[in-house]
Amino acid sequence: MQPGLYHILFISTALFFMGVYGFFTRRNLVTMLMSLELVLNSVNLNFIAFNKYVWPGKMDGLFFALFIIAIAAAEAAVAIAIIINLYRNHKSIDVNDAEDLKY
Amino acid sequence: MNGSTIVFYLLALQTLGGGLLSVTTRQIFRAAIYLLFSLIGIAGLYFWLEYQFIAAVQIVVYVGGIVVLIIFSIFLTQQTGELLPRQTLGRKVFSALAVFCGFALTIVQIWQHSFPLATGDATLVTVAGIGKSMLGTNDGGYALPFEVVSMLLLAALVGCIVIALRSKPETT
Repeated sequence: MQPGLYHILFISTALFFMGVYGFFTRRNLVTMLMSLELVLNSVNLNFIAFNKYVWPGKMDGLFFALFIIAIAAAEAAVAIAIIINLYRNHKSIDVNDAEDLKY
Repeated sequence: MNGSTIVFYLLALQTLGGGLLSVTTRQIFRAAIYLLFSLIGIAGLYFWLEYQFIAAVQIVVYVGGIVVLIIFSIFLTQQTGELLPRQTLGRKVFSALAVFCGFALTIVQIWQHSFPLATGDATLVTVAGIGKSMLGTNDGGYALPFEVVSMLLLAALVGCIVIALRSKPETT
């Protein structure tokens, strides 16, 4: 059977929920960031697949994917700056230890 | 079953296997390496879909940039050889249950929906076409989001420097 749009949508759905599972179960900030990258990549794959199979003459999905990649890069950089700053102050990057704003 | 199909299933296996191992392994460095394999698999899928430019961007930005950044932050924040703490069984079971229910719901919705598939050649998607459209100001041009993203990247750069500056040690 020739792979088509539905196969790629299956892959991106599975990847999205793997990322969500990692986000639920992990308590380390770096691994949570990795799960977030999986989610963002599955969304990109969706945009590219719809652009290829539903509107092959246009480039809108491609540009959405490009801008998502740029924003994800900025987000990862800021997140890692925050994580390293947190590690300096707490010697830990576990989310259960980061409760300064709570009290 | 021709060569293209086999390549597709191999790339799908690499992507999904890498993602699954990345969220389940207890060694954080291995998690980063599995994430790397998964991202390379996605870049391969873009190549399979014949979107070469976005596949190159994926490799350069994710594989060359973000994963290296994550590995550096692991080196800066983790002790070597230390396993991640084991999660409680209840949390694992409830997460897996919630994720499985969401996955099943989404897949059923997708299979019941029939998308208006078009058959045509993606002749526009060349690097020259992408460049013209990205800086175009008329219909179908993306000059304004391009500028907004450049401002966002500048703001993120300044923000990273401000956040990561060494703050004064607490005196209390």
